[in-house]
Formats: sequence, C-alpha cells, structure tokens
Amino acid sequence: MNEKTLMRDVLVDFLREQMSKDDKVVMVDADLAKCSTTLCLQSEFPGRAYNVGIAEANMVSIAAGLATRGFIPFVHSFAPFITRRACDQVMISVCYAKQNVKLVGTDPGITAELNGGTHMPLEDVGIMRSIPNVVIYEPSDVFEFKQALPQILSHEGPVYIRMHRKNPPLVFNNDIKFDLFKAYSLREGRDATIVATGIMIDTALQAAKQLAEDNISVEVIACPTVKPLDEKTIITSAKKTGAVVTAENHNVMGGLFSAVSETLSSNYPVPIKAIGVKEKFGEVGKMSYLRKVYNMEVEDVIKAVKEAISMKK
Amino acid sequence: MSNMKKIDELAKAIRCNIVDTIASIGVGHIGGCLSIADVLAVLYGKHMNVDPKNPKMEGRDRLVCSKGHAGPAIYSVLAEMGFFPKEELQTLNQGGTNLPSHCDMNKTKGVDMTAGSLGQGLSCAVGIALGSKIKKDSVTTYAIIGDGESQEGQIWEAAMFAGNQGLDNLIVFTDYNKLQLDGTIEDINDIAPLADKWRAFKWDVYEIDGHDTKQIDETITKAKKVKGKPHMIILHTIKGKGVSFVEAAKVGCHSMSISAEQKAQALQEIGGAK
Repeated sequence: MNEKTLMRDVLVDFLREQMSKDDKVVMVDADLAKCSTTLCLQSEFPGRAYNVGIAEANMVSIAAGLATRGFIPFVHSFAPFITRRACDQVMISVCYAKQNVKLVGTDPGITAELNGGTHMPLEDVGIMRSIPNVVIYEPSDVFEFKQALPQILSHEGPVYIRMHRKNPPLVFNNDIKFDLFKAYSLREGRDATIVATGIMIDTALQAAKQLAEDNISVEVIACPTVKPLDEKTIITSAKKTGAVVTAENHNVMGGLFSAVSETLSSNYPVPIKAIGVKEKFGEVGKMSYLRKVYNMEVEDVIKAVKEAISMKK
Repeated sequence: MSNMKKIDELAKAIRCNIVDTIASIGVGHIGGCLSIADVLAVLYGKHMNVDPKNPKMEGRDRLVCSKGHAGPAIYSVLAEMGFFPKEELQTLNQGGTNLPSHCDMNKTKGVDMTAGSLGQGLSCAVGIALGSKIKKDSVTTYAIIGDGESQEGQIWEAAMFAGNQGLDNLIVFTDYNKLQLDGTIEDINDIAPLADKWRAFKWDVYEIDGHDTKQIDETITKAKKVKGKPHMIILHTIKGKGVSFVEAAKVGCHSMSISAEQKAQALQEIGGAK
C-alpha cells in the first residue's frame, strides 16, 4: 500500500479475504458495484454477492432480512442514496430492528465532484447521527481504513462507512494501533485544536504547519468516528488549548461541528469555529473549485483558527 | 376432531383474542387483523414449523407480517400457540409492553421481523429467503402484505428481485380486503389487475377466498410443489371478517374503538364467548 492505493481496493480486498474464510459475510449492491469495485465479488462468490439493480430501499431491507439469519451483509451505494433515499429502511429495517448490517456510502461531500449536487452528500452524517446506536466512521486514509475494517466487521451492530473511493492524502501513522472508537492526535499544540475528518485532516495539518511559522501552536486531532464521539480526547485537548476549530467535508449542521459543540458546550465550553459547508447545496466541479466555493481551503482553516484564538477570554 | 375443524377452531380463537386484545385498550387496527385470522390459523395450525418453547429455533419457518399494523392478529395466534401467556395480550400498547401496535422482533417472542413502515417487510422476507438459499436449508419464509401496502414502490422492487432470483422458498399472501385508511383501494389508487401484475413479475400466482381455510391449506400445499418461482397467494378477504359491526364499518374499521358492550357482542358472534 502507498499513496496511490485506492480506498475502494482496500475495501474489496478485505471483503474478498473475509468472504473466502467466513460464510457469514455477504455483499448486496444496487448497480454501483463497478464504482466500488465490489462487482468482482459477484462472480467470485456466486450466491453470496447480489446486485438488486437500482433499488436502494430494497437493497437495505434485503440486507436486514439476511442479517436476521446470522449473515453480516455489506451494502454499498453512493452516500446520498444510502442515507437519503433509503433513510427509512436504514432507520427501521436495520437500526430499529437492531440488525448487523454494514452500510458503505461512497463519495462523501465534495469528493462527489463531477456528479454534482444530486450526488453530493452534505447531510448524511447529520441524518445518521440522529439514529440511535449506529456507528459513523469516515476513514482518514488507506492505512487507517485497513486497520478499521476488521473492527467494523467484529462490531455487533450497524456501521455507516462514509468512504472516499479514491486515495485521500496519507495522514495516519501506521506504526500506531488504530482503535475504531478513538480520535487520535496527529500534531501536538498549545494555542488551538483543530478536530478534523476525512479529506479535511490533511488540510488541517497544512494549516497547522503554516500557523507554526507565525508562532501559533496548533494541535490536530483526527476524528474518523463521529459517532460515538471520543469525547475524552476532544475535551482533554480543549482544556489544553482553550480554542477549537472543526473541519469537515459536510454541512456544519448535524455533522462534526455539531457533535463537537454538543460535547464541549456541556463539558468544557470554549470558542469553536466551523469549517464546512454552510447553508448550501452541492454543485458540480473539480475539488479545487469546490473547496473555494465552500471555504474549505487551507487559508480558511488558518483564518478560523485565528478567530477562535481571538475569542478566548 | 378433523384437522380442518381444528384449524377453524384456531381461527375462531384468534378472532376472539384479537377482539379481546384490542378491547383491552379500547382502540386498534381491528379490521385488518380480523381479515387475516384464517390464513394465520392455517399457517400456525398446519404449515409452519415453529416451536413455542424455542422461538429462535434456527430451522424454523419464518413469517414476516409486512402489514405491521396487524400486530394484534400475530400476537393473538402466537399466544394461542403458547409463545407467551394469553394474559399478556391485555398489555397491548400499554407503556413498556412486549406487544406494540406494530410488530417488533426484539420485543415479542415468535415475531421474526420488525415491520410497520409499509413496504419494507417484503424486502426483508426476500432477504430471509435468500439466506435460506445460501444455507441450503429447508426453511419456508412466509409474508403477509396489505393491498393498500401494495401501493408502496418497495413492494415492486422486492417483487422484481424475488421473481428474478426464482425464490421458491418464499410464499407471500396479499390481504386483498379492498379497503385502506382513506377509502377504497379502487377509488384511491387501484392495484388491479393484481394477479396479472405478480405474474408479470415472474411469480407463481393464486387467487382464492381468503376466509376458506380448506382452500388456503390446499393452495399452500400446491404452491410448495412449484419450483423456480416465488409464490403469491392473493386472499380475497373482508376487512373486519367475523364481527358484523366491524364489517359494517367498512372504511371506518381500519382503526376503530371497541367498547365493553361491543366486545361482548363480538365474542358472541364469533362463537368463542366463554
């Protein structure tokens, strides 16, 4: 594995390995199996990898039915179609019925790029966060994801994997043992904390590096699991730095900013500024354009950090 | 007593339990519960391989009541079979009960799938039947869907996939009582011609009197012999069947209140008053 390894290949290699040794693991797709490369599983594991066609609601409820028989189904579609289109099926057939289904939603936020507004999930984490007992995990890079997958499989209960299909920048130190339920520090600091997810982790690191040149010391925490939130790590860092910026590839309502704000406001209130999409729909464009439109560039993070620090009492 | 006589007695007992259960809280989905009493009697009285003492038995047959609001009908047959004490029926919809208005597999012994948001249960049943194909076991998955529920798009997503998969271990009943909450199916958004629709989706289709237990029994037996297709048994039923004032309420019987006097009258009519 290296910086060219694709997230989807990490997923499909894992599934192939598991399906070879564990009859319980099954795959259900809805005509986007080429996009996730899980299509090969349909020929490699006939009768255990299904394609229901363009019918996401059906896919999710079928997976719930399979789960009642002791199978561990992985389902895949683009993130908006898992969380928006099949929202009620995720809610009732899977979560309310307590079924062990793993929901893979790809192309989070602006990584949907050229598919544009209809395919750009900026609300999926908010939707999923409001459903009880579901784990929401957005892999930071391929190395972290590889360590996360066996933990996701062995976790008894629904997990939403918000997965970039391609190759986000490498940020994870692979010498460290990853814990699915723990946020982790990528850079120590004393003046402010940036809590980041997904593609915004690398942006946060770049911002922290530039701020260091101005003698501003910033802690960067990667928070791949937004639910359940690793409150302890975030509160500890907020106590140390006294100012927080959240950076997410998602609407600031309902996602990481909301989660961190909810935790800090009732445990250790500090100024919190948000980087993320604010009251806008998705739109078509390349990543560089979209980062500019939604104020998700390195400069935006730098500005937010300075503002948060200036708000300290 | 002959087998069919036993089944008819079971249907009566189910109807009495439905009335008694819903009367205990005073209101409920009585019409669509009474309309499926006969098919439940045939399933639990003869066809379903279940063990009330071991409700989670791996090799048991499954039933998904996709029209989840018929929960009280399911509880009525499960109590009669001994999955839980009959007295528990009196707790329907009371706070903390194991018997919620809509079926919940995590609360009620003998309920195989949670349902209530219409359209989802058939897909779940398809998943359960697929699971049997993977396991190569002999489990039959049964499902009951509503006629009004058949207006949900997900029913047809599930129908298309099950037909293409040739899921012959799946037997589905439509409770075709011709009424839904707001009016008649025909007036609101007609599902006819229903049998043609299911045939077009590559199903093995039957259309019978949903209150004739002998016909239901024979049709299930016949369907089980047909290989390579999922089975749809359309039950022509009467919403509220067996209780005159419920039947007479027509559209009004989807959810209606039942007083103590009405309960007594209903039990007498069914012939199960003790």
